Amino acid sequence: MTAVAGRHRLPEAVPTGDVPPPALPPVRRGRAGLLLAALGVGVVVSTLVSAGQGQLDVPADQVLGSVLHRLGVDVLPLPTHPQGDNTLWQVRFPRVALAVLVGAALATAGALMQGLFGNPLAEPGVVGVSVGAALAAAFVIVFQVTLLGAWTVPAFAFAGGLVTTLAVYALSRADGRTEVVTLVLTGIAVNAVCSAGLALMLFLGDTAAREEIVFWQLGSLNGTRWAHVAVVAPCVGIGLAGALALSRRLDVLALGDRAARHVGVDVERVRVAAIVLVALLTAAAVSFAGIIAFVGLVVPHLVRMVVGPGHRVLVPASALGGALLLLWADLFARTAVAYADLPIGMLTSLVGGPFFFWLLRRTRRTAGGWA
Amino acid sequence: MNAPLVASGVGVELGGAPVLHDVDLEVRLGELLVLVGPNGAGKSTLLGVLSGDQVPQRGTVTLDGRRVASLRAGELARRRAVLPQENRLAFGFRVVDVVRMGRAAWAGRPEEDRDDLVVAEALRRSDVTHLAERVYPTLSGGERARTSLARVLAQETALVLLDEPTAALDVRHVELVMAQARELAAAGHAVVAVLHDLTLAAAHADRVCVLADGRVRAVGAPRAVLTADLLSTVYEHPLEVVDLDGRLLVLPHRHPQEALC
Repeated sequence: MTAVAGRHRLPEAVPTGDVPPPALPPVRRGRAGLLLAALGVGVVVSTLVSAGQGQLDVPADQVLGSVLHRLGVDVLPLPTHPQGDNTLWQVRFPRVALAVLVGAALATAGALMQGLFGNPLAEPGVVGVSVGAALAAAFVIVFQVTLLGAWTVPAFAFAGGLVTTLAVYALSRADGRTEVVTLVLTGIAVNAVCSAGLALMLFLGDTAAREEIVFWQLGSLNGTRWAHVAVVAPCVGIGLAGALALSRRLDVLALGDRAARHVGVDVERVRVAAIVLVALLTAAAVSFAGIIAFVGLVVPHLVRMVVGPGHRVLVPASALGGALLLLWADLFARTAVAYADLPIGMLTSLVGGPFFFWLLRRTRRTAGGWA
Repeated sequence: MNAPLVASGVGVELGGAPVLHDVDLEVRLGELLVLVGPNGAGKSTLLGVLSGDQVPQRGTVTLDGRRVASLRAGELARRRAVLPQENRLAFGFRVVDVVRMGRAAWAGRPEEDRDDLVVAEALRRSDVTHLAERVYPTLSGGERARTSLARVLAQETALVLLDEPTAALDVRHVELVMAQARELAAAGHAVVAVLHDLTLAAAHADRVCVLADGRVRAVGAPRAVLTADLLSTVYEHPLEVVDLDGRLLVLPHRHPQEALC
């Protein structure tokens, strides 16, 4: 079997000594490292700032002091307000932690989905995967399913997300590619069907279930508890690790299915893995935070503009960027209007909608009319 | 002669219509085999069958004695590279990154150490070194085709399959690409190319395979195969084959005053 393997190097590929090998352009590691470091610092600082803001203000140094105190280090002042420490650990920290996790999950799911579809407009919210996951979760709320305890909602959301992702993929794919128009129209169709299902759940539910579903349709991190964080964190961890493991093969998928197979990527396996990861990440985000659209569209796109489309940087940078975006969106949602908690999904759609439109026009133009 | 890739009795139907009938073909190391034939003759389908993209309904394609269909994507990619007719890219990767994708099958193997050297050499051979930093979707059609060729070269495989590698290229780059194909063959690779230009085929091929209506009409040295009789029949248009100082020219028959132009 080795007759054709291994010994067919490019002629003269090995330098002969007198001819220096042609120089390759430098790999832009510096820029990627800088972006990742900046985003990482941004997430940490924003977490401390965000946790201190609210009806009861705690300065950032006291927030950090409280965290360090729990870790056994007493160098910074503790919160001076008698309820300060309690508020931080019972209300703020779980909420902020969920914002970080959900933001990272949504942005990573977006980056994965765009790589999978080879289309910069693919996003769980846009193509209906979020609503699909939400529908399955609403089912749990309305019929009070409890067979898996705290994991019931995420498990159903995962199943719903998986079915919708598979459906969108199967419906929008032709000749190994997904065209913009097909993808967007498929998204409309899937969103319509899943929204109808959600409407049915609203109709069937009692008043309490209705209220829960409506608020959660709008997307909100209000009322987050540590128990929620404990469920979401492992899902996001697995999703992120899987996305990182796939990253090099996702790059090659940009060549299209056929050429990706020619250079040795098992396209079917990458596809299945990516679909499962998208469903897992979307379910993790949707389960307790509801529908928060466009994060997966905006963040990977901005990252690509800075460091290019390579997934080895795109995936971690999107995760950090998504976390950062949602931290600030949530801070705005709960502090913009006194004594009110704005729905965060409304905010992201308000900004993301026009962005999507701009991206759609731009993609049509640069892709030479293949829309 | 060492023939690692063998198609025997290959038959393919696409959407109920037969596209290839009982095709037997050997692809040999150290030679450039050119597939020619009129539109719809089955050239691209045959290339697809040889590359493993298409599993034939009848007959077999074997690579070193193993059925191509049974090889995994990675195993296959370390043995054969394919230059498709169409070269799209979904995202704005740089040219150098696209060429690096050709090394994917060698990741995690000792050959990976040679990645930088091979990529640089492949860029040089396709004359795209100066474009290395450019973003692929901003390139012209010919530049994209050459970048894709560099990706194919970077794969370093014994078998190289090229589907119309010269379609979008200017004269200089047509010659450059054909010279690369010849050099690969001289270095012991097996190269298969689909070409439309019969004069080009005559000039560079070691062997020519003439396909028509999904059947192999002739295989052999250009001078033996590219005859006015066979070509005129196959292309359903009168063609002349002229020997100009030892170079074979294939010309379509036109009005008398145009014939020599």
